[in-house]
Amino acid sequence: MMRHLLSIDDLERSDLDELLDLGESFLAVTRRDIPKVPALRGKTVVSLFYEDSTRTRLSFETAAKRLSADTMAFSVSGSSVAKGESLRDTVQTIEAMGVDAVVVRHPSAGAPHRVATWIDAAVVNAGDGRHEHPTQALLDALTLRRHRGIGLDGARVAIIGDARHSRVARSTAKAFAALGAEVTLVGPPTLLPESLIGWPVATTGDFDELLPSLDVVYLLRIQHERQDATLFPSLREYTTRYGLTVERAARLKPDTLIMHPGPMNRGVEIAAELAEGPGSVITEQVANGVAVRMAVLYQLLGTGAPVA
Amino acid sequence: MPESLLVRGGRVVDATGERAADVLIEAGVVVAVEPGLHGDETLDAAGCVVAPGLVDLHTHLREPGHEEAETIETGARAAARGGFTAVVAMPNTEPAQDDPAVVAAVLAAGARSTCDVRAAGCITRGRRGTDLAPMGELHALGVRVFTDDGACVESAAMMRRALEYAGSLPGAVVAQHAEDAALCEGGHMHEGEWSSRLGIPGRPAVAEVSVVARDCLLAELTGTPVHFLHVSTEGAIALIRDAKQRGLPVTAEAAPHHFTLTDAECASFDPMFKVHPPLRSAADVAAVKIGLADGTIDAIATDHAPHAPETKERPFEEAPPGMLGLETALGLTLTELVEPGVVSLSDALALLSWRPAAVAGLVDHGGPVAPGRPAHLVVFDPAATWTVDPARLASKARNTPYPGRTLTGRVRHTLRAGEPVVIDGEAQR
Repeated sequence: MMRHLLSIDDLERSDLDELLDLGESFLAVTRRDIPKVPALRGKTVVSLFYEDSTRTRLSFETAAKRLSADTMAFSVSGSSVAKGESLRDTVQTIEAMGVDAVVVRHPSAGAPHRVATWIDAAVVNAGDGRHEHPTQALLDALTLRRHRGIGLDGARVAIIGDARHSRVARSTAKAFAALGAEVTLVGPPTLLPESLIGWPVATTGDFDELLPSLDVVYLLRIQHERQDATLFPSLREYTTRYGLTVERAARLKPDTLIMHPGPMNRGVEIAAELAEGPGSVITEQVANGVAVRMAVLYQLLGTGAPVA
Repeated sequence: MPESLLVRGGRVVDATGERAADVLIEAGVVVAVEPGLHGDETLDAAGCVVAPGLVDLHTHLREPGHEEAETIETGARAAARGGFTAVVAMPNTEPAQDDPAVVAAVLAAGARSTCDVRAAGCITRGRRGTDLAPMGELHALGVRVFTDDGACVESAAMMRRALEYAGSLPGAVVAQHAEDAALCEGGHMHEGEWSSRLGIPGRPAVAEVSVVARDCLLAELTGTPVHFLHVSTEGAIALIRDAKQRGLPVTAEAAPHHFTLTDAECASFDPMFKVHPPLRSAADVAAVKIGLADGTIDAIATDHAPHAPETKERPFEEAPPGMLGLETALGLTLTELVEPGVVSLSDALALLSWRPAAVAGLVDHGGPVAPGRPAHLVVFDPAATWTVDPARLASKARNTPYPGRTLTGRVRHTLRAGEPVVIDGEAQR
């Protein structure tokens, strides 16, 4: 029985399959006229976001509401340090209000792990620094599974961009690999992990060479706010070498899927017309996000009764 | 104080060798070292080693400025419980020890405490790395160790000037916190397998190695002694070994956590394991042990760094670096180095007492246990085991990374100038 969802590492293959199966069921629920089940009635889910986020936060709140849980939002502008209250004090205050799950987004790696050691409520990692974003990985896996079938065995996935500084890459690469995909990180060495121990991936600096063999092109967002002259010379050069341009897309197989965790920089990591093109599953990813977050909350807080 | 105090039944170990002997002390001075002595009062040393008091080249006492974490009084008490009779107080106080008035205040508070507190002075004003601190004025107050610890003297030109200037101050040593700030920018743990897995920005080994390389060259250029604080990497130790073989005036220390813990501890995301320089790889830990065993590293120094509890209740990347060390250093040395046969007991004591005393020019400390010498002594049971309990530490802070760890080697008594400041493991004041 899962107590928290902190890292993809915590999940066995069977846990992953179970969560994704549940995600499929909830996806069906979200397509009903009244997309709501009473599974978590009487439970309270609080979102504790130390970092700005629109989509992840809305997605979690929607997921909780569709399970009939009560929701609270605790938003922190600036850091906890600036406010003078320690993270521990903050979460203990929230727990004292009587909550069943805390969804934590924090700019520091491991913050949700620390929270989990301090309180009894279930903790869900909604993104911690550069470390992990496990529900993003689950929604990506669900999206891919819906196109490829249950196993991803042998699917060739390239994750292009700043994997070194990306919590999405850390989680999604592990989830895809655990489901049987072959994952390659693509980018200049300044954007690739310093060490590959513990990463079930290959790496390359040569995107073009991979193009014809890929089943999935997963583009990471280039972080303008973090973009730093020491990582690559310019956005223009990045796009030239690693952007999914129309020319590069023409060299992909016809059924290659294009994924992106959003928000996109159109014209930088992905050409504008490809984002809505036939291979793109980017809006499906968003829809699947609500379903897998329902699955996670249900697994953590549910009674185990059938979904509905 | 009684007329005479007898430390009875121990095994005396010092730089001259070891022998079974009682130690008789009068007026703070050793007057006789031989079997079968008598005194007015007696401290039992049966089964124990009696040695020159331990000397810590690297202690953060936090006063002035951060008395919520430690004071000179509480830090000195922790030192005494750890068997230390002298500590070099690092100058990153607030205000910094870059001014004679601050140093004088630290020394005055130290004189009232249970340990001989020697103040280190800053190399540069405010540890900013731009203007020389008044090294001569600080030297006149007795300062011999100059450092901007916590900050690296980044500019090679600044370091060169500091070394040239210190060359005119007898006994002065310039101690470098060797971590290139630009290479470490934004980093919170050792860069490598674990930082990559955990997504915690790294501080690469090359940040230490490159500064050590540069400063060995500057020691050669200027002839002024350079001491490398808390060396932690295989590469830095290899360079120091080479520099010593070439006869350069360099010395080095290593901290117990750098021969005990690796960066894998950071997988807990517990900021108790956050320290600068960071916990390194297993290969680096092995290299530190070799460096301690072959003499490349001169001293074990604690880098005792107290922090108030709430500061370690932040996420890893937001918590301050540093861990307690004074009360666990002897136990870790015996457990991690002596028991497995990395160094002998007498070499361990050399690393904890007389060699650091020589680096800092503390002539009263580390000396042989012999008539006429000040009675700065530690009496410890090298076989006794104990379990680290943060609540039982004398330090005001609780940030030890070793809660629940069982260590071999426990301090029984500590004598500062003949005063038993610790008896049977308990601080007396």
